[in-house]
Order: sequence, then structure tokens, then C-alpha cells
Amino acid sequence: MPKDSGIGASSKRREDIRFLTGTGQYSDDINIHGQAHVYFLRSDVAHGRINKIDTAAASAMPGVVRIFTGADFEGIGGLPCGWQVTDRFGAVMKEPAHPVLAQGKVRHVGDPICAIVADTLEQAKDAAEAIELDIAELPAVVNMKDALKPTSAKVHDDLSDNLCYDWGFVEDNRDAVDQAIKNAAHVTTLELVNNRLVANPMEPRVAVGDYNRANDESTLYTTSQNPHVIRLLMGAFVLGIPEHKLRVVAPDVGGGFGTKIFHYAEEAFCTFAARQLNRAVKWTSSRSEAFMSDAHGRDHVTKIELALDADNNFTAVRTETYANMGAYLSTFAPSVPTWLHGTLMAGTYKTPLIYVNVKAVFTNTVPVDAYRGAGRPEATYQLERVIDKAARELGVDPIALRRQNFITQFPYATPVAVEYDTGDYEATMAKLEEIADLSGFEARRKASEAKGKLRGLGVNCYIEACGIAPSNLVGQLGARAGLYDAATVRVNATGSISVMVGAHSHGQGHETAFPQVVAEMLGIDENMIDIVHGDSSKIPFGMGTYGSRSIAVCGSAMVRATEKIINKAKKIASHLLEASEADIELKGGHFSVKGTDKSCAWGDVTLAAYVPHNYPLEDIEPGLEETAFYDPSNFTYPSGAYACEVEIDPDTGKVTVERFSAADDFGNVINPMIVTGQVHGGIGQGIGQALLENCAYDENGQLLSASYMDYAMPRASDVPFYTVDHSCQTPCTHNPLGVKGCGEAGAIGSPPAVVNAVVDALQSGGFKHVTHIDMPVSPSRVWAAMNG
Amino acid sequence: MTKISMTVNGKSVSGEVEGRTLLVDFLRKDLRLTGTHVGCDTSQCGACTVHVDGVAVKSCTMLAAEADGATVATIEGQAAPDGTLNTIQAAFQEHHGLQCGFCTPGMVMAAADLLKNNPKPTEAEVRHHLEGNICRCTGYHNIVKAIMAASGQDVSQLAAE
Repeated sequence: MPKDSGIGASSKRREDIRFLTGTGQYSDDINIHGQAHVYFLRSDVAHGRINKIDTAAASAMPGVVRIFTGADFEGIGGLPCGWQVTDRFGAVMKEPAHPVLAQGKVRHVGDPICAIVADTLEQAKDAAEAIELDIAELPAVVNMKDALKPTSAKVHDDLSDNLCYDWGFVEDNRDAVDQAIKNAAHVTTLELVNNRLVANPMEPRVAVGDYNRANDESTLYTTSQNPHVIRLLMGAFVLGIPEHKLRVVAPDVGGGFGTKIFHYAEEAFCTFAARQLNRAVKWTSSRSEAFMSDAHGRDHVTKIELALDADNNFTAVRTETYANMGAYLSTFAPSVPTWLHGTLMAGTYKTPLIYVNVKAVFTNTVPVDAYRGAGRPEATYQLERVIDKAARELGVDPIALRRQNFITQFPYATPVAVEYDTGDYEATMAKLEEIADLSGFEARRKASEAKGKLRGLGVNCYIEACGIAPSNLVGQLGARAGLYDAATVRVNATGSISVMVGAHSHGQGHETAFPQVVAEMLGIDENMIDIVHGDSSKIPFGMGTYGSRSIAVCGSAMVRATEKIINKAKKIASHLLEASEADIELKGGHFSVKGTDKSCAWGDVTLAAYVPHNYPLEDIEPGLEETAFYDPSNFTYPSGAYACEVEIDPDTGKVTVERFSAADDFGNVINPMIVTGQVHGGIGQGIGQALLENCAYDENGQLLSASYMDYAMPRASDVPFYTVDHSCQTPCTHNPLGVKGCGEAGAIGSPPAVVNAVVDALQSGGFKHVTHIDMPVSPSRVWAAMNG
Repeated sequence: MTKISMTVNGKSVSGEVEGRTLLVDFLRKDLRLTGTHVGCDTSQCGACTVHVDGVAVKSCTMLAAEADGATVATIEGQAAPDGTLNTIQAAFQEHHGLQCGFCTPGMVMAAADLLKNNPKPTEAEVRHHLEGNICRCTGYHNIVKAIMAASGQDVSQLAAE
């Protein structure tokens, strides 16, 4: 029987009520009395020198409060980068300045030049048209390999070239990997592009800066996945506002997918301008603005080689990747192609030797940073595509080739520096075969062929690393932040509970799932527990939500704080029940004395804590509130096996996804309904990357896909129902809940399954020359490949 | 400025708007009905879907002045006065048809428009009807399921989960 409450129950989401009735409060719903509005005048060229900005006429326009330019930010810190990568020669990465408003040069289409603050947004937009800009256009740096040529224009004049870093991992393996590839019985090589994407949460970014001069306090309402991180970065490194004078609030946030992790210029601007003008300043991104100012994702160009011995055992993997950083380093950009990518190149396989080389490149494009999966989808895609290609070259079954090379013993130390604690890759593969009905595929293929369609099956495995940690390790790897999290459990006098958590919920359902854990531990009703998140003034601290870390890291902090509550409550209960503390048991919301019928209720203990008339005041303090910080000892390693079946219309090249199945191992699961929903959403985005989405620039650095008319987002008719299973569970060994994280799996595991299926369909349809098609696998690309 | 009046969720309202004011801005800024959302500038995403004289309309595509004299329904008027969710809203909660909630008001209003004209839609008809509503969170699975469930169809065998 499924549980109806606590851990493992599919509790219905309590946050749904406000979202379904139009009473959620997103940042754009916040309006502060007397607020002004800002409109950013952005560069329409990819690269140019700013000769002159004349704001005189615009400043005299109706309603204009003030027009800011880069000159207003001289002497003020630029946007900081949160991760410093050291290259394979021991030198630190190049780290260019990232001004809030452009200074001297514009470096990508969308780079903000002027900020026009006016009484209304319409007045600000009207005034922007009256600003006279004199910008001398410079040659744009767009293609990464061209950017590294000595003759290339430079994105940053003060840097020696456009190479941010040349990273090797594990550098000590380099020669051994070269040797293994030279000596291999078979080497499969694949060159591929991991297409540039735009995360596109449905809520565009918003920033509302407010200032209270009487107590010198600033408040920023922002669309963020991690308000405390924004407070730290903006307060300490950009504006110089100490934490106790700076409140950052991320209220209801309409999706993030990584792109709302980062600290953006608009946040710093609105906070700064509100202080300058002593007036609230609001900015709401339009969708077109979002395309040219939200950090983009992926954009890797990779060559991967897989070496096998005569028995088809993997002996080595060697990769060379060019990773686009865009024009500036976004907050965590340098970590994505390195520590979030190279460390995953073992996948689920016991390949003994691995070498990953990454050249990160500056170009005149929007900065690129983490997008759902961040580095791990790029690792999985190339590995699972090259394995499929190898199976085809060797004439072996792709599933059998994977099985033969699976890691089977845990813990397992990979040659790329991480140690998988648990997993069972055979179990998820067997589950996939069952739920995807792989044995019925040939019959379905024949049915498709009878309709004149090609049909293909693509299977792949993935592993990801979630809950990035521990802090002392990531510090050595270049992180400029800790990666713990925090929770405060505040038990009120009548027994209800507020839990203040550092994780932020923007679709993940924390307000429902987190109370399930506390309710399970205390044996009380979930509805007695509320989660408070997203406001730096209400919660102790938090590193926020990304990397599928919320339940594994912040959830663990919440467990630790609840354990402290239980310990103290037992002391109080032992006093009330006049028994030894060691004999007190907490079950079903009641404290009882072992072996007796003496008991008291949860509410008796909580009331005693706040009305301590009969209370051991000499031993313990009144009140019942505890805080815990939790710093994990390792990553968690969710894994799984995915299968996709596609049909291709040979007349048009159009690919349709007919079936999609996912067998995941997330360790223990708190709320299966929510976990299933997370997988659905990830698969939807992964199918989007594989078939539809592409952020395109022309050779002059003009952004060609800057609206939903040009950037193809998946619609309901582009995807099927998915078959999802997470009954294979190998609990994480090092966190108290045994959880691994589920937010990114779908987006990591699905693109290779789709592309493997497309290639399979073409091969089986007689198009033997087609061994790869780059994403998005659009009708024109498929048709060209078939006819090429 | 133009003086306009209309009925919104059963109440008479009026206001003064510029010629260029969009219906969505009148709803959100003048009436403070912030449940209707703006997710794009090109009438693609459908987060701003409302009903005007009983027809689903993207309120970012219509001028406020064009709705002068019209009867408008928004997400705020869908539940009963005591807060009880309507059939579609309840199905979205039951079947986890929403995550971040930003596209949800438009999805609910689009679904109501579909079921009014097609009380028992097939999966393909639901997916086709949602052509103008983008969701980035759910992969659409549970949205389609919720709408079919709201139409009274048995959705338990639609796909294994």
C-alpha cells in the first residue's frame, strides 16, 4: 500500500492552491509605492568601441528621473565570478572585468550600455530612443576555434588572447591514455556539437530594488534560485553593502533551470539605483531581453575517442572540448566544462584510463553558464553517443556492450577523481527493458515500416553527481564559496512548526516534500509544518537550489536540526514524565516511557518549552528552536537507463518521439509524485535539446533566435506520454535520508537516447552512411543527412 | 487617455488607459489581478490567456480599449467564492499538472476553453489545443493527463509511471 503521509507518500502539493487561483506572488507582482522603472538600452552590435554616449536630450524627456551609464559605476566592483579554474600548466584562468554597465566597449548583443530610470516604463523606453550612441563596430569573435587563432580580434583588450583556460584532467593520465589509444584493438572517434541552449524558465527575470534611508537598509526582490548567494556576491563584491543592511528576497519564482542561480547586472543596478535615488526601482525583463541577457547553456564542441580491447572492454577515453564562455565569466561558468563535466567521463563504466582536455574560450556572445545538468549532460551525451557508434562499428548489441563494461562493485573510485558510493546499473537496465518493452520493439519497427516510416530505438545510461561537496574539497578545486546548507526548525508553543530552509523552491515542491520528512521524524501531521524559504531576513543562511542538491544537502540539514529538536524535547518529556531520558520514546507524536503506560503528547512538551512552569530550567533553556548546517562528505550519484523510440518520415526528415522510458535510481524517494514530475520535465527539456532547440548566432555575432518565434520550445504535441520508474533504489550511504537528487536526471539522460534512436532508425532504414547528426535533429538536418 | 469599462470576474470595473495599453497590463497593473502572467513578447507562450466574452484570448495580444464593454474572466475568478477549486483546477492539483506555477493560469484558462467546446477530448486533441501554451517544467505529461481527467475520462492507464 502506498503511504498517505510522511516519507514515501505522494502528498498533493500545498503550493498548488495559490498557483491555481492566481494568488502566487512572483517578483513582477511586487509593486512598491512610488517606484520608478528602469529600461536598459542594450548593444545591438556584438563588439564595438563606445566613442560617445549623449544622454542630454533623453534626460529632458517627460518622466525621466536619471540616466545611468558605465561612468556611474567606475570604482564600483564588477560582477564577480564564483569559481577559479587552474589550467593544466598550473596557471589560473583569465578573469576579465564584468562591469554592471558597459565601460569602453560592448562585447555582446544585449550588453547593457545605459539604464534609463523614469516614472513609467513607457517613458523610460521613449527616452531610450532619444539617447545618441556613437559605437564603432569591431570585428566580432563568434566561432571558438577561430577565436583561438593569433589573428583573431580580442574580446578583452587587456587579455593576451581569447583563451580563458586550457584544462587537463587528469593531467597525470595524459601519456598513459595516449598510449592506451595507440595500443587499442579498436578506437571509435566521434566529433559532435552540444548545441547552445537558453534555459527559458517561463517567468522572465525581475529585479526590484528598494531603499530605506532612515535605517540605511536595502532590499532586493529578485527571481533567484539562491537569495543568500546573491546577497553575498552583490553586497560584498559589487556594492559594498554589509549583510545586515541588505535583504534579498526571492518570492515565488517561475522556474529556474540554472539560469536564475547567477548574479546579474540588473540586480546590482536596481539595488544601487534605489540607494542613489532614494526610491524603489523596478526592472522586468521582456522575453527578447531574456534571450540576450540570461546566461545561456551548453555550447561545447567535442572530439571523443573510445578505445576498446579485442574483447570489447573499454580501455581508455580521450576527449578534447572547446567550451564557450561568452563575453564575460558568469557566476559559475568556469566550473561547468571542468569539474562538473570531466569528473563524469567515466559514466557507469569501468574505463581505467580517462583524459579530458577543455579549452574555454571568450567570444562576443552572451555569457554561458549552468543549465539543467550543467556539464553532466555534455559528458553523458558524448560518452553515450560514442559507445553507440562503437557498438555499430563492432557489430555488437549496444545494450550488451554497455552491460559488459558496467561498474559492478561499490564504492568505486573512478580514474577521474570521484568515488561512487552506491549504484546498480544492471538493475536499472533490467527495469528499463521491462518498462520500455524492448522485446516488443522489432514488432513496432515493422508496424512503422508498414506505414512507410523509419523507426529506431536508442538506449543509454547516465550517471550524475549531485549535491556538490564537500566545501573543503570544492575550495581546492577553485570554488569561492562553501557548498553546505542550513535549516532552522522553529517549534511553536502549540506544537506547530516553521522550518526555515536555505534551499529555494521554484517548482520543486519543497513546501510539500520537506514537511513530509519532519512529520515522519516526529510522527505528527504534515499540515502542522510549514516551510519558509527565499528571504534572507527570515532564514539563517543557505546556498540555494541547483545541482539537484536541495533534499540531499538542505534536507540533511533539516534532519540534523530536527534531531536536535527531538533530543531536547525528550529531555523536557523526561522531566514531565519523571523518567530517565534514556527511557523516553517518541512515536506517533507521543512521548512515552519504555515499559510503562506513561506518556505525554507532542503539544504538552512544546507548550512546556514556552510556558516553563514545570520545567528543568537548571539543565536546559526554555524554547524549542534549533539550527543545523550540513556539509556533505561526498557528492551523490543518481543513475539510470533511458530508452527512446522515434519514427522518421523519410519524405520530410521529421522525427517524432513515439515512446520514451526512464528507469532511474535516486536512492530513497520522499514524494514519488513530485519525483516523477521532475523526471517528466527533464525529459521534456532533453527532447527539446535533441530535436528542436538551438540558440543561433550569425557570423557577425547577431543573435538569430531571440524570441519564441525563432527559438523552438517543445509544445505539448512535440512529446509523448513518458514511462517513468524509480523503484530501483540504492540509497546514498553518506546522508541521513539516503537520497540522491532527481532534478536534472531527465535532461541528462534523454538527449543521447533520442539521437541514438534517430541514428538507429536511419541505419536500419538503409542509410548506412549516417553515423551522427548534430542536435537539434531538425527535419532539414535529417533530410540532408539521408540525401548527403 | 481613453475611459473604458468592462465586467471582470463578474464585477464591473472601469479605468483610463492609453491607446497602447494591453489588456494584460490593464488587468495586472490597474486591477492588480496579477494571476494573469506575461511570459513572452510574441504571443507564443499563452501565460496571459483569459476569456473575453467566453472565448480564450491571449491578453497580451489585445488592447485594453478593445475589451471595452466586454465580459472578461481571469484565473482569479475560477474557484468558488469559498475557495473551492473548480474541476480543472482540482485535476491539476490531483495529477501534479503544475510545478513552478507560472504557465498554470494560462493552462487552466486554455483547458476550460477546450472542454467547453469538446467535453471529451482525445490525447491528441488536448495536445493540439495546447499549441499556444508553453510549459517548461512538466514536459506536458501531467497537464495533458489533468485535462483529460477533468473531462471525466479514466486516466489511470494512460502511461505507466
